[in-house]
Amino acid sequence: MQTWILYGLGFTILTDITDSVVSNLLLTAACILISNNLKYYLPQQRRYTYLLIMCLLTSGAWLLAIKYALPLVIVNESGYDAFLVKSLSVRFGVAFLVIDCMTMISVIWYGFDDQKTSAQRKTEAEKLTKDAELYKLRQQLQPHFLFNSLNSINALIGTRPQEARTMVHQLSDFLRGTLKREEQQWVTVEEELQYLQLYLDIEKVRFGNRLSTVFETDKSSLQIKMPAMILQPLVENSIKFGLYDTIGETIIRIATTISNNMLVITVQNPFDEETAQPRKGTGFGLHSISRRLYLLFARNDLLATDAQNNIFTTTVKIPQSYTEIAKISAVADKKDNFIL
Amino acid sequence: MKKVIIIDDEPLARSIVVEYLQTHPELQLMQECSDGFEGIKAIMQHQPDLIFLDIQMPKINGFEMLELVEQPPAVIFTTAFDEYAIKAFETHAVDYLLKPFSKERFDKAVQKWLDQKPTTAPAAATETLLESASLSPSQNQRIVVKNGAKIKIIPVQEVLFLEAADDYVKIHTTDSYYLKNKTMAHFEKALDVHQFARCHRSFMVNVQHIARIDPYEKDGHLAILKSGAKVPVSKTGYVKLRQVLGL
Repeated sequence: MQTWILYGLGFTILTDITDSVVSNLLLTAACILISNNLKYYLPQQRRYTYLLIMCLLTSGAWLLAIKYALPLVIVNESGYDAFLVKSLSVRFGVAFLVIDCMTMISVIWYGFDDQKTSAQRKTEAEKLTKDAELYKLRQQLQPHFLFNSLNSINALIGTRPQEARTMVHQLSDFLRGTLKREEQQWVTVEEELQYLQLYLDIEKVRFGNRLSTVFETDKSSLQIKMPAMILQPLVENSIKFGLYDTIGETIIRIATTISNNMLVITVQNPFDEETAQPRKGTGFGLHSISRRLYLLFARNDLLATDAQNNIFTTTVKIPQSYTEIAKISAVADKKDNFIL
Repeated sequence: MKKVIIIDDEPLARSIVVEYLQTHPELQLMQECSDGFEGIKAIMQHQPDLIFLDIQMPKINGFEMLELVEQPPAVIFTTAFDEYAIKAFETHAVDYLLKPFSKERFDKAVQKWLDQKPTTAPAAATETLLESASLSPSQNQRIVVKNGAKIKIIPVQEVLFLEAADDYVKIHTTDSYYLKNKTMAHFEKALDVHQFARCHRSFMVNVQHIARIDPYEKDGHLAILKSGAKVPVSKTGYVKLRQVLGL
């Protein structure tokens, strides 16, 4: 186009082509330069003045380059030098626009690129933290219990070897359950209750008559699925709270039911309003459970506690899809009819 | 003949110590206790030379129980796992036995006590032990005090302010105050620095209970608590208080 315009202005074809090629090559070089520059350094948002100055400088440099380069290559054309000087402002304008466009495209392109990789990195990091956190939360639930159980076994070996043997088996089954659960994340309530029973049997050996449990489970809730390693830590927390805050017998009540498409688990333990610190006393156990629930469901309202009449109640809700509930309650109804 | 008491809430954990003690005829078991309250009573009654003490127990833990005993005997801790405490008392207790422990390990601990007994006054050693143990995070959630024959557990958030009174520290709560045989410096170390500010040589205030701070006399200030109580704030105390409040 530039050639055609110049031709129209009455210069020879050779001059026109040389002028166009030289100035456009230099302009391309300027564009590549600026685009490369932006590839490695992308200015922060709102630093557009920097970009503007950069474009102005590049255009200026380009103008200087053609001003001195063109007369060197085009020597035989009369009136060309004068024309060049006159056309400088127009050339500058065009070059500035072209470079501006290039800059804009580069900024958008690399900005987008940058965003894509950072988003990718972010999801990866989040996944890693989540995995690590879940792992850590599970880990922290064990050592105290494990060492105390081993100590009980140690004591039983001397006096009641048969009971010691039973406890070794219970402890093994419990630990095996813990390991297995790391792989399969969702299990039925029934499985969780069986697993909980292993844990309770061990705790009852440790604490003797002080600990007793009462179960109130809805039949329909047994086949519902829930995340593994929620129920046992919940009861563990309740036992600790109950046993360490009262003297004498501690009764732990565990209930599961379905309500509003949610599996509702409640665990109750006695506590002493005088000495307990309801908020602080719940300690690590509940915090880790609520954190896990958040990681799984992205909801903060699934765990609730209530302290009344020396009874501390912890309620956990596990959201279920509607169809799941309908299916299971239908099956449960059928079973009931059969029995009738 | 040395007198011994076992304090642990798990029956089987006590029975293993009883069993291990059978080969030490020089040690006479006076009583087994299942919590800290029983422990305090038994210690007052029998004046034992040595106690085997669990840390995690109902109502008050092992450290808190020791704090309430006027002249604590020598202590061998028996505990499963306590990430904070172990480091703290490593240097001071006669010994600590990590459950489950072997007969050999148990004998070694007893021997250690028998060997060191003539040289060290057990009370002093236990005293230092408590100082360091009370620095563990689990310990500064509440303050245990003896109120006559009763034992009172005060959650720190209920403490309005502390006031030095001779050899004691007066712990003021909303409805009453309690005395504890400790120094202000002890509480300054033991309590959470983000919650309690030493606003005066003789006062420490719980910043959560402050309603406002008024200028008072020359250079001084007065912290008015939500309960209406007034706590003097000295010139240097005011700087500390501002730091805690983040001003």
